[in-house]
Amino acid sequence: MKQIQNIGLALFLVGLAIFTSLIFFGRYEVTPEILENLVSNKGIKSELFINNMNSQVVGKEFSNPFSFSTEITSVLESANETLKKNSEWDKVIWDKPHSLTYEIAKQGGSGLIKDNKWLFWWLTFGLGIIGALMHIIPNVVIKGPPGIKNNGIWFNTATNRGWIGWFAFVFLVGFYLLLYFRPDYIVNWTYIVDPISESLSGNLASQWFLYGFLYCTVMTVMAVRMYIKYRHNKYQILRTTSVLFFQIVFAFLIPEILIRFEKPWYDFKNAFPLDYDFFFKWNLDELIASGGLGLFILIWGIVLTLVIVPVMVYFFGKRWYCSWVCGCGGLAETLGDPYRHLSDKSLKAWKLERWLVHGVLVFALVMTGFTLYTYFSGAEGVLGIRTQTIQDIYGLLIGAFFAGVIGTGFYPIFGNRVWCRFGCPLAAYLGIVQRFKSRFRITTNGGQCISCGNCSTYCEQGIDVRAYAQKGENIVRASCVGCGICSAVCPRGVLKLENGPEKGRINPTEILLGNDVDLMDLVNQK
Amino acid sequence: MEHIVIIGNGISGVTAARHIRKGSDKKITIVSAESDYFFSRTALMYVYMGHMKFEHTQPYENWFWKKNRIDLKKGYVERIDTENNTLHFAEGDFLQYDKLIIATGSQPNKFGWPGQYLKGVQSLYSKQDLENLEVYAPNNKVCKRAVIVGGGLIGIELAEMLHSRHIPVTFLVRETSFWNGVLPSEESAMINKEILSNGIDLRLSSNLKEIKSDENGQVKSVIIKETGEEIPCNIVGLTAGVSPNINFIKNSEIETGRGIKVNRYLETSIPNIYAIGDCAEQREAIGNRRPIEAVWYTGRMMGETVAQTICGNRIEYKPGHWFNSAKFFDIEYQTYGWVWPQPKDNEARFYWEHESGKKCFHISYDKNTREFIGINNFGIRMRHEFFDKILTKKQTVEYVLEHLADANFDPEFYKLHEKEIVTKFNTQNNTNIQLKKKSWKRIFQTN
Repeated sequence: MKQIQNIGLALFLVGLAIFTSLIFFGRYEVTPEILENLVSNKGIKSELFINNMNSQVVGKEFSNPFSFSTEITSVLESANETLKKNSEWDKVIWDKPHSLTYEIAKQGGSGLIKDNKWLFWWLTFGLGIIGALMHIIPNVVIKGPPGIKNNGIWFNTATNRGWIGWFAFVFLVGFYLLLYFRPDYIVNWTYIVDPISESLSGNLASQWFLYGFLYCTVMTVMAVRMYIKYRHNKYQILRTTSVLFFQIVFAFLIPEILIRFEKPWYDFKNAFPLDYDFFFKWNLDELIASGGLGLFILIWGIVLTLVIVPVMVYFFGKRWYCSWVCGCGGLAETLGDPYRHLSDKSLKAWKLERWLVHGVLVFALVMTGFTLYTYFSGAEGVLGIRTQTIQDIYGLLIGAFFAGVIGTGFYPIFGNRVWCRFGCPLAAYLGIVQRFKSRFRITTNGGQCISCGNCSTYCEQGIDVRAYAQKGENIVRASCVGCGICSAVCPRGVLKLENGPEKGRINPTEILLGNDVDLMDLVNQK
Repeated sequence: MEHIVIIGNGISGVTAARHIRKGSDKKITIVSAESDYFFSRTALMYVYMGHMKFEHTQPYENWFWKKNRIDLKKGYVERIDTENNTLHFAEGDFLQYDKLIIATGSQPNKFGWPGQYLKGVQSLYSKQDLENLEVYAPNNKVCKRAVIVGGGLIGIELAEMLHSRHIPVTFLVRETSFWNGVLPSEESAMINKEILSNGIDLRLSSNLKEIKSDENGQVKSVIIKETGEEIPCNIVGLTAGVSPNINFIKNSEIETGRGIKVNRYLETSIPNIYAIGDCAEQREAIGNRRPIEAVWYTGRMMGETVAQTICGNRIEYKPGHWFNSAKFFDIEYQTYGWVWPQPKDNEARFYWEHESGKKCFHISYDKNTREFIGINNFGIRMRHEFFDKILTKKQTVEYVLEHLADANFDPEFYKLHEKEIVTKFNTQNNTNIQLKKKSWKRIFQTN
């Protein structure tokens, strides 16, 4: 069994190594046709750019994506610089340089990988999946009978911020930086999922398709791990199945199929303000231009945020979204589960959390206010601040850095819910509803708590669950996503997630159940 | 300002300190020789198993004490001078008090076995025990086998701990079945099976004769009394219960028995001295409870109570209905009310066991009045509040079974066995109890 695990680990690492090395390979060349296509598709009017491309890039072969990218982006930037100096604003190319280079590279790349897409799919994804499963599945036997088996988590360098954890951190952060800021470096990765993309949407894979596919794959494999680890706990099994379903069907398949029917890409479960660009002009224009379905999406998006989300939170707590439906939550609960205990439980962290998460919510709402004002009035901005600038800042700081690079990249260091706890504006909104108007609570079972601290340790949101449980108080916290792990790891059956009556949900106690009734009355009623 | 000194920073002492602070402005000092800050003894096992780090066992962050003006003093009290209200420390210094609360907890029992002080012989009670375990049983290369002596809650926890590091364990239990001085035979048998299925070498009806030493004064093997068998091992866990940790006051004026004698107000024989928690011995047992109760929550309740008295609201210690819980490997156990190992004359029993052999449900009730007396539930969680109310109102066994859905505390979506349980009861007793649907209204009503 242990041997199978080791072979699995080796296969996984080989797959990972091949995957990583792919970005260093391939040949890249811009042919005159590619440039012509680009110019006509993008409506590029800058002769300077076209001429320089022709003289400096076209016909030249590059042996890696980095020099290719450097060359094209420098041509682009120098052309833009000259145009801006001459105030030829209509000729300036506003595309992000690396996104434009990505498009060129996608067409101009060639080589082993592009010619053998399925082969390389198997050598990367294939080996990774098989290896990971071989590593995970033997745990059914190795870890013993069903039950909480957190043995050795704090001794393992992968899960105790040891060197493997730091390595994973560097890898994940690097991945997100490439994905968001250097898509032209990772064209090879997108080739290997081209066949899958074509079968779904009919298009070649973009870096976002790659990300979506990878996301689903990782979640599925790590969901198998969850199924094994919590096979005695039906709440965990159902919850894992639910997030997996919503990710694969709602976030991945349906949007791709919409594209096949030339409809706008839309994830029906992704609620504003997590879906922060929902009210952006380009999105509204696209939706309005897409007829009945576009209009439906527009109304659905608004109803989802204003009605469905809060009503569901009233009945079930924010868990219905955060740990049963949401994609970010889905990744956190599968890939992130091995890191859940790394969240910071200190009071300081809680204070920081409240400032940050509500700050982001305010930021998102102000930005949307600007956006809608601009949309309806036609003005460039408000009070001299350009709407576009605010949107760009939000997209960069919150959309890319907070949600992506920090949100997932920092799993192995700060735990799996960094984004959900400190950054997600939707979580902030749901949290306010959950705290003040909801039936959800984690009920504390009278006086049974022994203050062992398993609940707090394994709370991914860094809630000091024990602080409430040992006082016999129910846990009603804005940040609780209802993952149910505190209840699972409790050795004394003290915690239960419940949707009960609102009355008495918050029950500050001083004297615990089991002690003298008069004393309880005397002190608790104060 | 009145100075309250508490000896012992366990759950009892710390609870008392917190509640005194809530109710007054008195100066509070907690004395401990064991650790700088309060930690949860119950969680030591999880540190060894790698579920938690030691700092996770500390329920309060380190700033908490200063913020709440609770002074912490590290020191070992050697002697209490009750005449001059002074504590004398082994370190040579002393501390004066106006009122003293003794909350020194327990110490593991040692029954004079030959070799009981050898290196590698220990219990699992203190922080130091945990540290020693890391020395003598860090893994199965250093520790080829462990022997545990004493079949109680700490013994089985120690077995689980060592097992988590793949150290082979021999578990010597004096009784004919695990913990059958507390559990009825059905439950006890279930736990025997659970122990065996985890690969523990369980030896029932086995006593320790002696512990043998190697040339370095470290444990080498143990001899079993009944068979004379010698079992080579590198560590011996002595877990044959605990008794009050009161050696340091044996020669003071404070009256002691097995523990420090206290009245219902937790007052000792000396007027300004109180004793709470494991080290206190009630002059007369309260209800069916033992005079000395080494239980987490009773320590806490005594802390809550004595704090009231100290703050001027003299109040009797009146623990409510008995309850408790534990976990045996993967099987959780809770109990509410009393289920004795042998039914008393007026008691009838109803037992249900799940086909998996990992869940069971044992109710005791009065044969004549049908009054519910107690329940043991294994592998099923039950609501404390529900049974507390049932016991207070002296409801019947029929009422309990009818409302089992209200009583259940398992996580959502768990498979519930209430129907099966009620059906079995009906068949056995010729009754026609109908299971009621779960009602929030009943569960959360206050009276």
